[in-house]
Amino acid sequence: MSRFADLFMGMLGAAPKKPEKVSEKVQKIMFLKYEDKDRFIKEKLHAREHHKTSHKWRNRRWAVLIAANLLFVVSFWLDIQLLEGALTASRFIGFHLIDLNSALQVMLAHKHIIVNLFIGTATVFVLWVLLGGRTFCSWVCPYHLLAEWFEALHLKLVEKKIVTDHEFHRGARTVFWVLFALMALVTGYTVFETISPTGILSRALIYGPGLALGWVFLLLLFEVFWSRRAWCRYVCPIGLTYGVVGSISPLRIQYTVEHCFHEGDCRKVCLVPHVLDVTIKNRAAEEHLSLGPDCTRCGLCVDVCPTGALRFNIKGLSRLL
Amino acid sequence: MSTTQTKPAMSLEKAQKARRKFLQSLGLTVTFAGIPLLGFIPVAAANRPPRLRPPGALNERDFLASCIKCGQCVQVCPVQAIKLADIVDGFGIGVPHIDARTQACDFSCDAVQCILACPTGALTYTAPDFHAPRAGASLAAAPILKAKANDPEPTLNLKERMGVARLARPESCLAIQGKGFKGQTRGPAFKGELRYLEVDRRKPIAVRNHPYDLELCDLCVRECPLMDAIELRPVKDAHGVERMTPTVLEPCIGCGVCEMVCPAKPAAIVIDPQAVWKA
Repeated sequence: MSRFADLFMGMLGAAPKKPEKVSEKVQKIMFLKYEDKDRFIKEKLHAREHHKTSHKWRNRRWAVLIAANLLFVVSFWLDIQLLEGALTASRFIGFHLIDLNSALQVMLAHKHIIVNLFIGTATVFVLWVLLGGRTFCSWVCPYHLLAEWFEALHLKLVEKKIVTDHEFHRGARTVFWVLFALMALVTGYTVFETISPTGILSRALIYGPGLALGWVFLLLLFEVFWSRRAWCRYVCPIGLTYGVVGSISPLRIQYTVEHCFHEGDCRKVCLVPHVLDVTIKNRAAEEHLSLGPDCTRCGLCVDVCPTGALRFNIKGLSRLL
Repeated sequence: MSTTQTKPAMSLEKAQKARRKFLQSLGLTVTFAGIPLLGFIPVAAANRPPRLRPPGALNERDFLASCIKCGQCVQVCPVQAIKLADIVDGFGIGVPHIDARTQACDFSCDAVQCILACPTGALTYTAPDFHAPRAGASLAAAPILKAKANDPEPTLNLKERMGVARLARPESCLAIQGKGFKGQTRGPAFKGELRYLEVDRRKPIAVRNHPYDLELCDLCVRECPLMDAIELRPVKDAHGVERMTPTVLEPCIGCGVCEMVCPAKPAAIVIDPQAVWKA
């Protein structure tokens, strides 16, 4: 299977594969890297010493996420009508924008698609193809930000050995996606929206809080005390929908094996560490590899990497420039 | 030989671990797929009173299916009549409704803005073909808005009613008692708004800022935004005495203004949400 198909299956839940054939160039890089062990260690320590811990991408991302959600809020509160609606569906200076998963739920439940619904869905589809699919998750979704903060708490408790992370099979999310689609189709109700923390939080911000926030809080508690980032990793069909869109996106994180010391700091901070499988020693088959469609382009790995082996990249842009 | 001996032991432990992970994942799937299905309970509950939906809403089932829970209808309403339901409404979470007693839809927007704003056609001028209107839900004629009575096009583009008004507590109706009304209806703390043509056709104001002095209370008839939807008629009571009685007529679309302005506590006239006209 092609690497594209492997990555796609990886997003659906398949375990990452070891490469069958490593290119000669990479073989040479790896040989040179480990030829002199002392030099390798020395270089590694040197890189560590000179790595300034940066939160550049995280800070940018949080700013964008908060700004996007605040734009919804002030559009309504101050009646400036820039971005009307909520994350499920909205209008940006008059143009329809409709969340792909919400649109899917409505289409399957109602079985009738009006023009505005189609236009809004198509616009958002094109938007996230350009911007990277799951970029929605880490750069826009308000639940992602809350979950990130509660994740820090979870990690602290893990460190103190008060809780342990219970991993589930990543394929569960694919099963959920199918189940939620089937439920909408069969029952004729948008079943998933009842528990979608993205929709609940977006509406709570704009139209005021309600009891539904209790459900969101329960989810966060589950993530703190039982399973790290469980909702985003194993359940959320919105993430998978955008992941599929992002599989053809030119915006991604690119990995350059030559600069990598294979220490795995990136995998520790990542929401979806399976996309960073290539950073394990001898897993990269090519010199430059882009991470799979499940990557949320959050940039935490870019921030944490001491050598710049992981960077944002737009496919084809370097050739254009 | 040693490898073949140790290998089964290793893989047994691995298999157990994999089995545990599979079962836990199955548990997660059953739990998180089951929880949203609880949302069916409030939708199916027989004793749950129907919600008053914004104008142009599809039949309840189709409405819940087609609403994308974005609240754009909430944002365009000039009197903020529309509210979104909470998680206790189950599948109806985030779906708009109106509490007429708190703030009725008074058509201050003239053009039914909420319908224009709806991106999915849950609120619509023209229902899809497969949407069979319930008997009595369709209006006999396009409703004429009092505010637009002198316009070249005085009607609202609305084909179905939201509900029907009903004199639920005739014993507390001031008109039937032959009483007048003086002062602020609903008291000084009431936040509801209404468009008064004699004040400003374009801008709704707080009801409390518009006190009345009426010889015979006719607030429900006076403030009804529609032509010929309700009138005071002499009706004989149980003792054969003729009393001026609010009488709801066929053009009533169930907007709820009568319920909002009724000074009786609780309101003598109420909207039956999603009710149809019965001759």
